[in-house]
Amino acid sequence: MSELMKVSSTPHVRAKDSTARIMLTVVIALLPAAGFGVWHFGWKAFMLILITVATCVLSEWLFCLAVKKKSTIGDFSAVVTGMLLAMNLPVSAPWWIAVIGGIFAIFVVKMLFGGLGQNFMNPALGARCFLLISFSKIMTDFSYVAPGGTDVISGATPLACLKNGDPVVVRDMILGTVQGTIGEISMIAIVIGGCILIMTGIIDMVVTGTYIFSFAVFVLLFAGRGLDWYYLSAHIAGGGLMLGAFFMATDYVTRPITRKGQIIYGILLGVLTGIFRLFGPSAEGVSYAIIIGNLLVPLIEKISVPAYFGKKKADTKK
Amino acid sequence: MSKENEMTAGKVFFNGLIKENPTFVLMLGMCPTLAVTTSAINGFGMGMTTMVVLTMSNIIISLLRNIIPDKVRIPAFIVIIASFVTIVGQFLEAYIPALNDALGMFIPLIVVNCIILGRAEAFASKNNFVLSMFDGLGMGLGFTVALTCIGLVRELLGAHKIFGISFAELAAMIGAGEGVTGWLQSQSPISIFVMAPGAFFVLAALTAVQNVVRSKKEQRGEKTKIQSGCSHDCMNCGESSCEHRFYDPNGKDCAVGR
Repeated sequence: MSELMKVSSTPHVRAKDSTARIMLTVVIALLPAAGFGVWHFGWKAFMLILITVATCVLSEWLFCLAVKKKSTIGDFSAVVTGMLLAMNLPVSAPWWIAVIGGIFAIFVVKMLFGGLGQNFMNPALGARCFLLISFSKIMTDFSYVAPGGTDVISGATPLACLKNGDPVVVRDMILGTVQGTIGEISMIAIVIGGCILIMTGIIDMVVTGTYIFSFAVFVLLFAGRGLDWYYLSAHIAGGGLMLGAFFMATDYVTRPITRKGQIIYGILLGVLTGIFRLFGPSAEGVSYAIIIGNLLVPLIEKISVPAYFGKKKADTKK
Repeated sequence: MSKENEMTAGKVFFNGLIKENPTFVLMLGMCPTLAVTTSAINGFGMGMTTMVVLTMSNIIISLLRNIIPDKVRIPAFIVIIASFVTIVGQFLEAYIPALNDALGMFIPLIVVNCIILGRAEAFASKNNFVLSMFDGLGMGLGFTVALTCIGLVRELLGAHKIFGISFAELAAMIGAGEGVTGWLQSQSPISIFVMAPGAFFVLAALTAVQNVVRSKKEQRGEKTKIQSGCSHDCMNCGESSCEHRFYDPNGKDCAVGR
């Protein structure tokens, strides 16, 4: 800090940032991916998104009512949670899955720990893992009826194909015309949303970049394919990696605060996702990687404490 | 001690069952509580087994309390408890092998169950054998009720069963048609509740319910404070109204009780 910071006297120019504004931007950024999901899977995907969002908002309102607190639904964070959760559901999921997931996300993961800012885990991902463990059959059934058609389309997700050694088409995975949950299929739509977030300054590339990069390095090193770019790009475009890296790992509440901490966190997520995908029993591992990363955030914060202003690093440590 | 605080067998019994329920209030014996409550039957079996051991060991320890030297009391308690666990374990193996298989490793582990050692240390080593017996019965029954409740909720949500009978079978028993039983069978339970995380969810929820009841009682001015089971660690104890309090972290009333 060699430059002197000059602070003028009041009145100051105030930024218009508020929680509601940030959350609304996230909702807008999620719209391309959600829209693509609805276009690809039909009106049922739309209904699922609607039900999940409604459940989340209603649960938060009811919780605030029950504990006699001022309602916090105005900050739109429940809408974001609901949308993210719906993005993580397969389109064949029945409506009550969405309801149970929404209630669990808001009641247990978020509000019981004190609401937005206090939740130790991303509510949408917590609920997704809850549903995945409880109803694994429903949550991994990706068959659907395409809009305008009558045939049930079923088949393995690209990641399951990779796991079994079957061929995949990376172009389809980037466009999104593959099997998967409502929001994860189209890499392009998610990246567009991610760009909106980056351009509006809601997120930066630290967590997202280190996450994807360290995952790519891990796959190159340990997949046993050598420099197989096609395989690598399939892994990066497939599954929930993009959705997780842009929208969930970057959640303000559950990521580390300092830049150093965020880099450690991103690398941790990349390595964990790699381990789960390459060596785990199931094909996908993004959601588990992120919630385990969330749980380790307090420890990461501990080792990434910055030096006090005006002090050397050595003085900070006692 | 004043008349009001005098311990009677009945008081001691209900103290363990409700006021000082080992699971929901004292938070003791969490290992079996979390591990074996996958069904109500298992929880009940574990609770009863623990109750028998607890009652017997409380009786013997209270009878021997003046003989056991203070310095080696813990090993002595453990030997007594371990003998009863061995006896009960072999009894279960011979007569209720199904329960024995279900509880498995957790029967020998009753030896290190902190409820039993805790009651031996906090109660049986200081009171006569009649009171100790009722303390053992009350605490054991409280433990049983708690474990059965947790097991019941977990199997209800996680396996769609009540005491091992599935909803579909239950519906068939009361004469429901094929359609109803088929529909019940096709519903998928929230199976996370019979896995490890479910134990924590249910325990936390039931403890919260218990705390609500407790705080309502306290608001009405009823006595809910803990009388026995004192850890003598007043520094870390929240019972500011405790009459045995000899150290007050806030610096007031440092009267030496007990």
